[in-house]
Amino acid sequence: MPGKLKAKIVAGRHLPVMDRASDLTDAFVEVKFGNTTFKTDVCPKSLNPQWNSEWFKFEVDDEDLQDEPLQITVLDHDTYSANDAIGKVYIDIDPLLSCEAATVISGWFPIYDTIHGIRGEINVLVKVDLFNDLNRFRQSSCGVKFFCTTSIPKCYRVVMVHGFVEELVVNEDPEYQWIDRIRTPRASNEARQRLISLMSGELQRKIGLKVLEMGGNAVLGYLQCFDLEGESGLVVRAIGTACTLDKLSSLPTAVLPACNSPSREMKESPLAQAPSHGCRSSHNSPVHSAAAASARLSQGFSVSVPTLIFTGMRLHRHRSLGETGREHTAQTVLPGRQCRPPFSEDPNPNIHSSGPSTPLKNQTYSFSPSKSYSRQSSSSDTDLSLTPKTGMGSGGSAGKDGGPLKTLLRQQTQSALEQREFPFFTLTCFPPGFLIHVGGVVSARSVKLLDRIHNPALGNTRSYKLLDWNSFTADEPETRDAWWEEIRQEIKSHAKALGCHAVVGYSESTSICEEVCILSASGTAAILNPKFMQEGCLDSYSEHSRLEDPAPPSCGFCHIPYDELNMPFPAHLTYCYNCRRQKVPDVLFTTIDLPVEATVMGKGSLIQARLCRLKKKAQGEVNATAISNLLPFMEYELHTQLMNKLKLRSMNALFGLRVQISVGENMLVGLASATGVYLMALPAPGGIQIAGKTPSDITYEQHISNMQKKINDTISKNKDLYEVHPQEIIEEVIGSPIPESRQRSRLFRSHSESSDEVSELDLSHGKKDAFVLEIDDTDAVEDIHSLLTDAPMPSGFYSCNTEIMPGIYNWTSSLQMFTSVRVFRLNNVNLTNQGLNKIFNDLCENLLKSLYFKLRSMVPCCLCHLNFAVAVPEEELIQVAVTAVAMTFDKEQAQENFKANMEKAIMKVISENEEQLQFPLELCTETPAPQPFSPSKGTGHQDGGGIHTSARATSVDYSSFADRCSTWIELIKLKAQAIRRGSIKTTASQEKGSPLPEGRSRSLRCMRPFPSSTVSVVKMTPLSFLPGTRIIKYLGIINMFFIRETTSLREEGGVSGFLHCFIAEVFAMVRAHVAALGGNAVVSYSMKECVFMENPNKNQAQCLINVSGDAVIFVRESEAEATAAAPQTSSMQNLSGAAEANA
Amino acid sequence: MDMSVELDVFVGNTTIMDEEVYQFWLDGYTVNDAVKVRMEGGVLEEYEASTDVLLSDTMDQFRTFQMCERLLHTPAKLANQLLFQIPPHRQTMLIERYYAFDNAFVREVLGKKLSKGTKKDLDDISAKTGITLKSCRRQFDNFKRVFKVVEELKGPLVENIQQHFLLSDKLARDYAAIVFFANNRFETGKRKLQFLSFQDFAFCAGQLISNWTVGAVGKMQQLERDTESGAVRQLLNKQAKEKHPICTNNMVEDMDVDLDKEFLQDLKDLKILINDKDLLDQHKSLVCTALRGKTKVFNEMEANFKTLSRALVNIAAKLTNTKDVRDLFIDLVEKFIEPCRSDRWTSADVRLFLTYYTNSARTLDTFRHQVTWDRYMDVIKSCILKMYHD
Repeated sequence: MPGKLKAKIVAGRHLPVMDRASDLTDAFVEVKFGNTTFKTDVCPKSLNPQWNSEWFKFEVDDEDLQDEPLQITVLDHDTYSANDAIGKVYIDIDPLLSCEAATVISGWFPIYDTIHGIRGEINVLVKVDLFNDLNRFRQSSCGVKFFCTTSIPKCYRVVMVHGFVEELVVNEDPEYQWIDRIRTPRASNEARQRLISLMSGELQRKIGLKVLEMGGNAVLGYLQCFDLEGESGLVVRAIGTACTLDKLSSLPTAVLPACNSPSREMKESPLAQAPSHGCRSSHNSPVHSAAAASARLSQGFSVSVPTLIFTGMRLHRHRSLGETGREHTAQTVLPGRQCRPPFSEDPNPNIHSSGPSTPLKNQTYSFSPSKSYSRQSSSSDTDLSLTPKTGMGSGGSAGKDGGPLKTLLRQQTQSALEQREFPFFTLTCFPPGFLIHVGGVVSARSVKLLDRIHNPALGNTRSYKLLDWNSFTADEPETRDAWWEEIRQEIKSHAKALGCHAVVGYSESTSICEEVCILSASGTAAILNPKFMQEGCLDSYSEHSRLEDPAPPSCGFCHIPYDELNMPFPAHLTYCYNCRRQKVPDVLFTTIDLPVEATVMGKGSLIQARLCRLKKKAQGEVNATAISNLLPFMEYELHTQLMNKLKLRSMNALFGLRVQISVGENMLVGLASATGVYLMALPAPGGIQIAGKTPSDITYEQHISNMQKKINDTISKNKDLYEVHPQEIIEEVIGSPIPESRQRSRLFRSHSESSDEVSELDLSHGKKDAFVLEIDDTDAVEDIHSLLTDAPMPSGFYSCNTEIMPGIYNWTSSLQMFTSVRVFRLNNVNLTNQGLNKIFNDLCENLLKSLYFKLRSMVPCCLCHLNFAVAVPEEELIQVAVTAVAMTFDKEQAQENFKANMEKAIMKVISENEEQLQFPLELCTETPAPQPFSPSKGTGHQDGGGIHTSARATSVDYSSFADRCSTWIELIKLKAQAIRRGSIKTTASQEKGSPLPEGRSRSLRCMRPFPSSTVSVVKMTPLSFLPGTRIIKYLGIINMFFIRETTSLREEGGVSGFLHCFIAEVFAMVRAHVAALGGNAVVSYSMKECVFMENPNKNQAQCLINVSGDAVIFVRESEAEATAAAPQTSSMQNLSGAAEANA
Repeated sequence: MDMSVELDVFVGNTTIMDEEVYQFWLDGYTVNDAVKVRMEGGVLEEYEASTDVLLSDTMDQFRTFQMCERLLHTPAKLANQLLFQIPPHRQTMLIERYYAFDNAFVREVLGKKLSKGTKKDLDDISAKTGITLKSCRRQFDNFKRVFKVVEELKGPLVENIQQHFLLSDKLARDYAAIVFFANNRFETGKRKLQFLSFQDFAFCAGQLISNWTVGAVGKMQQLERDTESGAVRQLLNKQAKEKHPICTNNMVEDMDVDLDKEFLQDLKDLKILINDKDLLDQHKSLVCTALRGKTKVFNEMEANFKTLSRALVNIAAKLTNTKDVRDLFIDLVEKFIEPCRSDRWTSADVRLFLTYYTNSARTLDTFRHQVTWDRYMDVIKSCILKMYHD
């Protein structure tokens, strides 16, 4: 019994009127944790009740603390009938379990009801007393820190990177339970919310256990996702990167040992010392067959690109007759059997040596019916023997069955094996020197048919308790695990084919439509510095490792990792433009952020490829086959578009590439987003040439030359816009295994003539390696169309989907995080692919235009981490959800842009760029990196001085700026400036930035005209940093799932009104939780799920949203410097300040 | 069209609000009208935005305002709510603009009962003033809401309004006037009063509130304690103490909304000024002596003195009747302002006359109601001066 949870209900406010007669409410509160419930007194006739309850104490296992949320229900007391629920608050206790994170949760929480939304607020205090527990074999993983951030958190140092951790749990979806037919929508929604909360708690705990076994104490880049598979269940899965982190502190004595984390002891275990680098080569056969498959595919659609977008398409048939029969029998037996024979039958807990893998193999095999039908059954057989199952279905309950020691040993063995199995990293940002070479993007997709679970009818009185569902869906995680297993194997083999031993920037996703599910995984093949995987190495890397690094840090990652004579795909290699020693490809695609050491020219740009493909409506296998047949073509098209758009911007590398393919009933929608940059180490890209049909008439040629001219114009405009002006260097073409001209022309549109007749039109880009676009088929017309319809960004705007915009270093502190959702209905049923494409393209373009317009008051600014998510929720509907942050930057630089654009002072820009390019380098070498590669380090340094210059500059510069802007824009800008300073009247005070953290100081200062404001400002950003600030404390992960439903859609303002309100409510709840933890910001925020369903005829709609992020405390850089001498106290003050503000 | 937008939302962590669009919303524009006006305003050219973009932005903001409206009804909530993260100075702007009203509208409902009946007339007012019905409703509901909240409260009217609705001092004073007029149902709608603006009435209301209400007595006490000012104040205070023992208990029943009944009763005593012939003649001669040679309309003043004096004193004496209180302004106009105007008195003439008229009464030996007189005439004088224009 290692923990005591204490909760106190202080007060409520703004409660809804529950008694129409008196216009008042008799409210009381139920506080529930696990199976224990406490109640407060009824506070009669008040909309602002003061309960001031006693401390409700729950004595619980820390395992439960991790899994369960604290559930607070506010009710209206009714003497004669049942009490009416007003709403609920779920509080995740997890941040209190790590001694480094928050110590108390205290504040106002919105009372949320799934039907009515937010209904008032409640003030709650929560504390946890953890008893020191030396039991090594427990099931909890308290103390393991979780971060959504995909880089190394700012106030930590990495001691060791252990590697990939993954886990998934499955349950029946309460929405599809039998009981759902008789219960209210509210009860059903709450059941779902609670279940998902429990499942993510369990998932996190299990991942935590794995981390402890590996000897780590933290998970970085934690990515948790839900698969709503409908009737076949609900999957919650997560991946992350296990690390050992050390808190950075100027006072070394202040570093406390993790109070109850067993990690120290665990590290001594030899099993836990798993080197995560290097691939095992023992299982050659599956790798070969997978590679063969991908080679076949890649030849078809991915030629001459120094990047692979491999697509492994495999269809698994689940429901052939014999299979179903077998599965059915198996499942009827299941509930009683507990599915854990290897351990429950094992009498001796000490024997673990070869134990797990052999019985597991059989076990898994018999429960993965798909295997025997797999096209690669021979290889998957081998796969399985080498890959122990990790999900284990009911890992949590295993301990209860077979004893904790066994479980631990089993898991240790497993993780040790697994380390070698998947050298994947969910991080996207690395310390300099970590990445030695980057090979390119590797991705794999697989189409699966979801099978219905034929559960023996659930007892209708039975709740969806964790222990219950383990028993009836125990085989499910195995199946899902096997699916992901396959995909990961494929990714790994792709990486190997690229000569890489690791995959970085790794992520997984699914798209589900009815019973078809596309599983996708992608990452960037890379060779890592093995030292980072060994303990203690990073302690000293800043002094040594860089010196020992053979490759120059600024361009090393661009050098090819594969053997130039035996290349995995045809590529065009040159000597590195930076060091001239190693070979580089002509284009580089990656899923990671731009490494800090990279030297780029000019600015980056968001590049999107968009594609829709119609598909016949079908069922089952036919449908799955149709989809898997379409996928390679879609990948190819998307790739072509990306490449063309990259060329159009005269850039040569893509970062943060994310390819999404969503499946709907009658179409597939593909969206690839990335940030294009010009890497100095890579050769300058050629232009784009258009070639027409060979026998052509005059008008046709006229048409072509017009288009060519347009393209050339766009290229030269883009060069100015992004300040990309590569010097003309004579290229040394080497080692291209395919004769160049043939390969080039074949690349796009399989036409062998490289059409010299248009080359005269190609003025400034008339290089011999220009891309040739054939427009003799409809697809090509489409390509050109999509190329030229990308509207230019309004001046003053930039956009990217990576953490930071390459080429902008002087961020100011103003930022605006936003979510925008659009759903389009296709009215014309007889759409062609082309028509559909145009619609989808316009949709995305218009959405971007709207964003620019909305955020115009922030100019000059950059939309960072623009994350598009597409879905096809229904037939004829396309949904696009965007989350991003708009950040302002010092406009001095931007103004120079304008001048440059107008004067065409190209030379000047080049020289300026060269100066700018020094920044990252200088910072790398000069800053004695305690936080080696944090992007804000690079920018923040500039900001220290930048804040003052910008503050001074604003008043002066507007006049000159106003020449270009009409006065009202200026007005808005001035107002925006005023917002930044938190005051509108005092112009004199604009000179200085606030010395206090912005949120607090503002709320204090502006409290004067108001009686009191208890709401502290919480910033949100999808980035891992806030410009101009320093994060001084991570308070824990925020992972929230909400459902909102309405049966009065029209009254709530239609679908838009409904969703608008819901998203605002989600933001509010996130902010409230962060504020209650004592934080003032959420970083690495993301909206991972936004499932919207409507039935306008019934006046109904439902929406599910899942968000996550890291709660932090930040201080302004200026303040941080002032209090640098005593960082401890400053953080303490901040905490107490937060507590006061919330009290 | 091959496609239609089914759903379109934009939600910022910090709520984005464009003041221009907010004004359109407050003015009761439809989304399409607002878009039209914005297009004419040239936003499009600046940002190369299409109509769709503008439409989407306008809809988003209208929705946001609509969601905020509930909070704006109790502005104190806006600072403590969690749903929208709005910087404090933006909150102030939202509230101030929401409670702002059109002078044309307020003139129509000033002094009317803020009831359902009046609400039904909003259609006509909308048609007459050209203000959209939606905007009329908002303004009317604001008046009514403020009225209802303040009605129940003790303490100074303006401060109460400011505290509950977080309005600026100026706007709070205007609302105090509206509440005061609605409560006392002063007639402002007659044809003869049409030349008066809301600000004229608001000024008069301010005068009445700070001098003629029950609360005024308490405030003067306060003032006296704070500053030890003027003998008159002290006298007034003394008088008040005698008549309102409650007031001395510091737990002042500060009613700013109702006129001081005792005072209205006392006003009857002023009738002596017109009923006592000696006193009337004495008063006249004092005033005329003082005025002689100081104005071009001296003859008219002399000729009209008795009529005007009777008018003013009669107005005072009748104020115990609720009906006559309502007609205060119409009486002032008919019985004083109009006669003066027809004699072509200038504002300066009126000021001169009223000053000497008031001051001379103090020096009348047999007149013992100086305190009441001053309390009455101070207000009447400033009201008339404010109202004396074309």
